[in-house]
Amino acid sequence: MAACQRVRGKERATDMGTALISPAEASFFGIPTVIFSVFILIFGIGIFTYLIIRRIAPLLNAAADPRLDRIMDRAKNTVRIAIFQYRQPRYLFAGILHILIFAGFVIISLRSITLVMLGIFEGFSLPGFEGTLGNIYDLFKDLAGTIVFGSCIIAAIRRGFFQPERYSVPPKYGKGHTGEAILVLFMISGLMVSDGIFEGSFIAAQIQKGFGIEIPIPGTITGIAAMIFIKTPLSSLQNIHLVAYFSHELIFFFFLCFLPLGKHFHVITSLPNVFLMKLNKGTVKPVKWGVAEEELETSESFGVKKFEDFTWKHMLDFYSCADCGRCSDHCPATAVGRPLSPRFISIKCRDYAFDKYPLFGASIKERDLIGHILEEDEIWSCTTCGACEEECPLMIEYIDKIVDVRRGLVDVGIVPQSLQKPLGALEKRGNPYGKMERKRADWAKDLMAANAVKILKKDVKADTLYFVDSITSYDDRIQAIGQAAVRVLCGAGVDFGILGPAEKDSGHEVKRFGEEMLFLQLRDQNIASIRGSGVKNIITADPHAFNALKNDYNGIPPVEHISQVMKRHIASEKIHLKPIEDSRAVYTYHDPCYLGRHNGVYDASREVMDAIAGIKRVEMVKCRDRSFCCGGGGLMLFYEPIEETRMGRLRVEMAKEAGATVIVTACPFCMVNIEDAIKTTGMEGKMEVIDLVELVDRHMIV
Amino acid sequence: MEILVCVKRVPDTAENEIEVNKDGSDIERDDLVYSVNEWDNYAVEEAIQIRDKVGGSVTVVSVGGEEAEEIIRREMAMGADKGIHLSDQAFEESDGKGLVRILQAAIEKGSYDLILTGVQADDGAGQVGGMLAAMLDWPFASLVNHIEVINDRTIKVGREIAGGNQEMNEIDLPCVLSIQTGINEPRYVGIRGIRKVASVEIPVFGASDIGLSPDLVGKSGAKISRVDYFVPDLGEGAEILEGDTGEILEKLIEILKSKGGIK
Amino acid sequence: MALQIFSYILHKGGGLDDSALELVTAAHEIDPDASVTALVIGSGTDLDSVCNEVASSYQNVWKIDNRDLSYANGEVIRGLLSRILPKGNIVLVPNEHFGMDLAPGLSVKLDAAYLPDAVSFEGIEGGKLKAIREEYSGMVSTHVRCDISTGAVITVRAGAFKADESKGETGEVVDKTTEALTGGLPGGARRFIEIVEAEVGDVDITKSETLVSVGRGIEDEDNIEIIRDLAEAMGADVSCSRPIVDAKWLEKSRQVGTSGQTVRPKVYMALGISGSFQHLGGIKGAPFMIAINKNVKAPIFQVSDIGVVADILDFVPELTDKIKEMKG
Repeated sequence: MAACQRVRGKERATDMGTALISPAEASFFGIPTVIFSVFILIFGIGIFTYLIIRRIAPLLNAAADPRLDRIMDRAKNTVRIAIFQYRQPRYLFAGILHILIFAGFVIISLRSITLVMLGIFEGFSLPGFEGTLGNIYDLFKDLAGTIVFGSCIIAAIRRGFFQPERYSVPPKYGKGHTGEAILVLFMISGLMVSDGIFEGSFIAAQIQKGFGIEIPIPGTITGIAAMIFIKTPLSSLQNIHLVAYFSHELIFFFFLCFLPLGKHFHVITSLPNVFLMKLNKGTVKPVKWGVAEEELETSESFGVKKFEDFTWKHMLDFYSCADCGRCSDHCPATAVGRPLSPRFISIKCRDYAFDKYPLFGASIKERDLIGHILEEDEIWSCTTCGACEEECPLMIEYIDKIVDVRRGLVDVGIVPQSLQKPLGALEKRGNPYGKMERKRADWAKDLMAANAVKILKKDVKADTLYFVDSITSYDDRIQAIGQAAVRVLCGAGVDFGILGPAEKDSGHEVKRFGEEMLFLQLRDQNIASIRGSGVKNIITADPHAFNALKNDYNGIPPVEHISQVMKRHIASEKIHLKPIEDSRAVYTYHDPCYLGRHNGVYDASREVMDAIAGIKRVEMVKCRDRSFCCGGGGLMLFYEPIEETRMGRLRVEMAKEAGATVIVTACPFCMVNIEDAIKTTGMEGKMEVIDLVELVDRHMIV
Repeated sequence: MEILVCVKRVPDTAENEIEVNKDGSDIERDDLVYSVNEWDNYAVEEAIQIRDKVGGSVTVVSVGGEEAEEIIRREMAMGADKGIHLSDQAFEESDGKGLVRILQAAIEKGSYDLILTGVQADDGAGQVGGMLAAMLDWPFASLVNHIEVINDRTIKVGREIAGGNQEMNEIDLPCVLSIQTGINEPRYVGIRGIRKVASVEIPVFGASDIGLSPDLVGKSGAKISRVDYFVPDLGEGAEILEGDTGEILEKLIEILKSKGGIK
Repeated sequence: MALQIFSYILHKGGGLDDSALELVTAAHEIDPDASVTALVIGSGTDLDSVCNEVASSYQNVWKIDNRDLSYANGEVIRGLLSRILPKGNIVLVPNEHFGMDLAPGLSVKLDAAYLPDAVSFEGIEGGKLKAIREEYSGMVSTHVRCDISTGAVITVRAGAFKADESKGETGEVVDKTTEALTGGLPGGARRFIEIVEAEVGDVDITKSETLVSVGRGIEDEDNIEIIRDLAEAMGADVSCSRPIVDAKWLEKSRQVGTSGQTVRPKVYMALGISGSFQHLGGIKGAPFMIAINKNVKAPIFQVSDIGVVADILDFVPELTDKIKEMKG
C-alpha cells in the first residue's frame, strides 16, 4: 500500500518548500489569515466554554449523588461500554454505522487538534508525530475519514429516506429530530470532506511542482481530491486549499458549539455518563443520598417534585440522551399504548432544563414536574421491567427517576385510587389483598399435616427459609405454585421451613411505587423474623421477593431463586426427572424481568427444563435480556392503566409466533398475567402456561 | 368557610368476613383491622378541596373511646386543620339520636358554615346527617355527589337519585350534607403523613365540656337498643346445583331454556 | 288508643312505586290491628290517580295537593308532615333516596325514635317494637328493640316485605292541604333546581328480558369479555353492579341498583355478584334468578332461585361454549 509521505515540521520549509502557502502564512486581501485562525479558535473555545458553564448550572442546584466509588469497575465499564460501544450492536445496522463513525471520530481527534494548530503555527505537528508515526497516523486518518464520510452518507439516507420507526416523534411530544440528525451528519461529512480537500489540494500542488513524493491512498477522499485537482492551476489550488481549511475550522467550531444545544450533547457527555453509571443493579436509590433512614420521617420533602429535586447525575442523563429511541422501542408500556415512553421522559426533562436554564435571556417560570412536563399516568405506567436501561448505549437510568417522582407524588397524596386500597391493606395486614395475617399459611395446611413443611418458631428450626410472599400465600391459583415448591424441596431433601403468619409482604413494589416508609416497615419486620428464625439461607419462587431480599434488604442470609436451587439439585442428582409427559408440546421459557434482566439469572431455568428428557424447547425472539414484560407484579396487578392492549396478550402472541404451545415461567405474577392473557385472547386449549416449579413437580421421580 | 366533618372508626370489611361472636353479643373483633368509614373519608377530601378553593378551615370530629383518636389523626394527616375528640363513658351505648345530640352540643360550641357526614357507616343506618340538621334546624341534603360554592351564603349541590340521575339543589348556609362515595378521588395518606401529625394536639371533650346532660345520651337516652347479633338461617335460599362441572352445566342450561333465558 | 301507622307513598307520573304496597305488609307486621294511613303528597291529576289507587289498600289516605309539590323535596315535605302528623305514632318511609332525605330529620321534628332500614318486624312487647336490621353490608343481622312510647319513624328496606295486593280497603281520602300549608311552604333554605339525567347508553337495560349481570367477581376489566360472550350466546343484555361502574369498566347505564337502573327482566343471571341490598333493590318483578359465585356464603344465594358455587372466570366460558354447542 502506497503511503502518503509528507515531510513534517520545519524541515519542509527549509528543505523543499511547499507548493502552497499554509493558512498560517497566507493572507487575504492583505490581512494575514492567521488572524482568522486565532479569532476562530478564541471565539469558538470561548462560546463553547460559555455554553458548558450554562449547561452545568442546573447540576449545581441538584440533589447529591455519590458516583466516585469503585473506580476500577467504573474504568472497566467506560472502556467496554463507551469506548468499545458494547451496546451498539444490539441494533446491528445502526450499531455498526455508529461504531464506525465513533471510531473514526476518535482516530481523527488528533488530526482535528493538529488542523487547528496548523492555522496558527506553520507546519505544526503533535509531539511524537513528526516522523514515521505521523505518516502512519495520516494513513489511518485518511481511511477513517473516508469511512466516516461513507457511514454518514448511509446514515443520512437511512434517517432521511427510510425513516426507521423508532425515531418518530408522536405529535404530543413535539416535532421530530430528523432534521437535526441529518444536519449533524452533514457537518461531520463536511469536516471529512474539507480535510480531504485541504490535503488533496496540497498533494496535487506538490505533485504539480514536483516537490516530494506524495502518493495518497486511492479511494480515500484525500486521494480522490488529489486526483481531481491534479491539473487544476496552482492559484486556484491555493484558494481551494485556504477555503477548505477555513471551512473545516468554521464547521469544526460550529459543530463543537452545536453539541450542547441538543441531542448531540451526548458526544461530549457519553464518556462521563458511562463512567458515572449506576453500579448496583436491582435496587433503587435511597430517597435522598446523605439522608439516613431514621431522618426520612422528619425530612422536609420526599421524592422528586420539581426539576431540581433530581440528582445531578439524573440531569446529566437527560443531557446525554441521544434520542435514539432504543429504550422506547423495547418498553412494554409503550408497546401497549400506555402514556409512557422512556425516551420522552429524558427529552422532555432535558428540554425543560434548557428552558429553565437558558443559554441567553430570561428563564421560564418554574413549573411542577407533574402536570406540566410529566403526567401522572406516565409515571404510574412503568412496570420497572428495566428493558429501557438494558438497551441504552449511554447507560441512562430510568427506574430510579420514576421511583423518585412516585415518591414525590405519594408524599402529597396523589396515588391512583386503585392502589390506595392495597397499600392500606399492606400497612394493616402485611399483604395487598387485605386478607387476615393468621391465614397466611393456610395454603400449606395439608402439606403441614403431612409434615412436608413446617412453620419456623422458637422451637422449630431449619437451615433454609422458603420465603413465600403474598401472592403465593393468598391467591387461589398461585397457591398451587407454593405447594409444588414444597414438594420439590422435600423431594430434593432440603431442610426448610416457612415464616407463616410472621411473614409480611416483601414490599418490593411498595418501594418501587414510592411508599418508602411502608416499605421500610415491612422490610424491618421481615428482617427481624428472618434473623430470629436462625436460617442460614433463603429460597424463594417469587422473583420480586428474590430481588427484594437480595438487593433491597441487608443483613440477612444469602437468597437464591428456586430455579437455581433446582438446577443444582438436578446436577447433583438429588432430583430425578422422568421424561417429558407430553412429547408433542413445544415449550418456551419466558424470562421474568426480576430474575433475568435485573439479576442476570437466565440459564438456571433453561438447564432445569432441558434436564427433562425429550422436552422440545424453543426460544422467543425477545428472550433473555430482551424478554418482554408480562405486565408487572405486586401492586402493578391492582393498577388500572390507560392502554390499548395488555402486555400479557402481546407476550402470548410472541410465544405463539415462536411455535410454542406451553409457556414456562418462573414468576407468580407472570403466571397471573399470562394465564389471563390466554383466556382473553381465546387461546385456551391452544396455549398453556405452567410454572417451572410445577413442571418439575410433575416430572419429579419421588 | 368553616367546615366540620363527622368521622367514624369502623372495621375494614373489604376482605374480612364479619362473623358473630360466640354469645351473639357483638361481632368477632379479634382479627379485625379498623379504618375511617369510607364515606366519611370522601367527605373529608371534599371538605379539604372546598377549603383549598375558598379558604377557611376543616375540622374533623369523632365520638368514641381512645381508639377514635387514630382516625382523627389520619384525617388530619390527609389535610384537615383541626381535630376534636368527643369521649366520655356516658356516651357509650348511645343510639343514633344520642350520638347526634353529642355532636350537636359540640357543634354549638363552635361556629361552622358547613357540616359534612358520610351517607352511612358500618351499621347502614344513614341517620346522622339528617338528624343533626333537624336538631340544629339547618337545611339538609343527603347522597350528595357534587358541591359547588356559589358565595359564602349559598352552595349548589347535586344528589344521587335513581337511574343514575342527579338532582340539583341550591342550599343556604349553614347546612348539613351527607356525602356519597365517588364524589371525588380521596388523596392517599402515607405513613410519613401520619407520622408528621403524630404529635399534634387533639382536644378531648367529655359531656360536661360540651354542656350535655348525660341522661340525654348513653343507654338511658337511647330509644333503639341492640339485643344481639345473629346470622339468619339461609332458609330456602337458592337451590345449589351439585355434581361435576359437566353435570352442572347441563342442568343449568336445561333450566335456562325452560325459563326462556336462551334466545 | 290504637296505634296509628302512617305510610309515606312514593309515586311518579300517577303510578305507585312498589314500596307503596310493601309498606301495607310492613304495617300489618308491626301491628295487625293498627289503622294505616297513606300519606300522598304531590299535585294535580297525577296525585288524584295515586290517591284513588292507594285507597284500596289503606284505611285512610291523607293528601297534600299543591303545585309547588309536584317534585318531592325532602326539606319541604318534612316541614309539611311535622305540621299534620300527630305525635306518638309510627311513620313508615321507604328506605331509598327520598326516604334518606326525609326520615332522619322527621324523627327529630316529631320527637320520635328513629329505626332505619328495618327488614322484618316481630311485634310489639312492653311498649317496644321488635325488629330485625342488618349491619356490615348485610354480613350480619341484629335483633333490635325500638322504644315507641313517643312514636317512631321507621325506614323500611325495599323488597323486604311482600307487596300486599289484597286491595280490600276503601280508604277515605282526606285533604290535608290547608292544614299543612298554614304558615306557608316550609323548607325554603333548600331549593330544587333541576334533574340532570344520566347519559343514555347504547342499551336500555330497564327494557331487557334477560340480563347477564356481572359484579366484582370478574376481577379485571379484560375478563368482562367473557360476560359479553355469554350474553351474546344467550341473546341477553349485559348489566352490572355498582363497583363495576365505579371502576369505569362499564357505563353507568348498565348499573342495576338503587343508585342505578331499576330492571324487570324475566331471567337474571348474577355472576360474581355478592348480593348487596343496594344492588337487589334495583331488581323488581321477582325474575328467575341464577347466581354464580365462588363464595358459598354470598348473600345472593339467599335470594336467587338457582345457585352454582364456582369461579365465574372458569365457569362462564364453559357455559358459553355449551350454549353455543347446543345452538349448533
